[in-house]
Amino acid sequence: MNRNEPLDQIKQRRDSALKALMAAVPYMNWLNIQFDRRGDELTAVLPFDRKLIGNQMLPAIHGGVTAAFLEMTAIIELSWTALWEDLESGRIAPDVAVPDSLPRLPKTIDFTVDYLRSGLPRDAYARARVVRSGRRYASVHVEAWQDNRTKLMAQATGHFLMRQN
Amino acid sequence: MMDRKPDDMSDDDFVRLAQKFIEAMPHALALQMKVESLGDGRSVISMPWAEHLVGDPRTGVIHGGVVSALMDTSCGAAVMAHGIRPRSTATIDLRIDYMRAATPRQRITARAECYHMTRSVAFVRAVALDEDSDNPVASATGAFTVER
Repeated sequence: MNRNEPLDQIKQRRDSALKALMAAVPYMNWLNIQFDRRGDELTAVLPFDRKLIGNQMLPAIHGGVTAAFLEMTAIIELSWTALWEDLESGRIAPDVAVPDSLPRLPKTIDFTVDYLRSGLPRDAYARARVVRSGRRYASVHVEAWQDNRTKLMAQATGHFLMRQN
Repeated sequence: MMDRKPDDMSDDDFVRLAQKFIEAMPHALALQMKVESLGDGRSVISMPWAEHLVGDPRTGVIHGGVVSALMDTSCGAAVMAHGIRPRSTATIDLRIDYMRAATPRQRITARAECYHMTRSVAFVRAVALDEDSDNPVASATGAFTVER
């Protein structure tokens, strides 16, 4: 770590790597998932949109959208954690403009979602935690909420196959 | 999610009614889901491949989350098509196993079956298939609430 590295250069490097990860997934852009970054901590944001509704009467967000949101958050967190060291040391510099510089995302082996509350017609947030990451397999836990951080909308655990780049 | 099937309704009419309900679901409509068949605790729902649903542009493979949405919808529909005629249902939990990548540009079809029903919980399993229907793309098992 270079203590005297200019702050804007640090932020630019991290934000551009995060953007590169997200650009790799068209479906994530279609759902309009965003990531809020504080240091290395990521919070995924799913802005509410009419096309996310499953039940019109309540209305409620479609369970499949919730699952996709949780899975996306887990995958991005896992890739982000895996590339952090290389990114900070300058060994890699993922850039949207250079397709070959983008790391391949982990593959989902299985994903189990616990639906705890129905999704309200408003923004949702999620944070994932890499519980264990080996050379080939990883286990990730992820939580999503809306108005209150302690009142979870859903949680999930997934297993992933790491790509050998 | 879906209204109960009236006693005097034929299966074909029920499929048409279910299709209307699916189309009233903005997300199912956005994914262009189509009810292929429905009845006796089983459902078959399909959807087309689309560019914006891709998870990896290098391969064109559809994102796992899309398969989740299709399986969740299909499982819920199977619960509603059960003989006890539930008034409504919601997902309690759903586990998806991703067995292989779905072939790009092929339709994906989910077949769900409600294999056990208790007073308040329905147990459901499903598979997702592309044109190579002997080799499932993914399988799912889930528990759903049942409102009688």
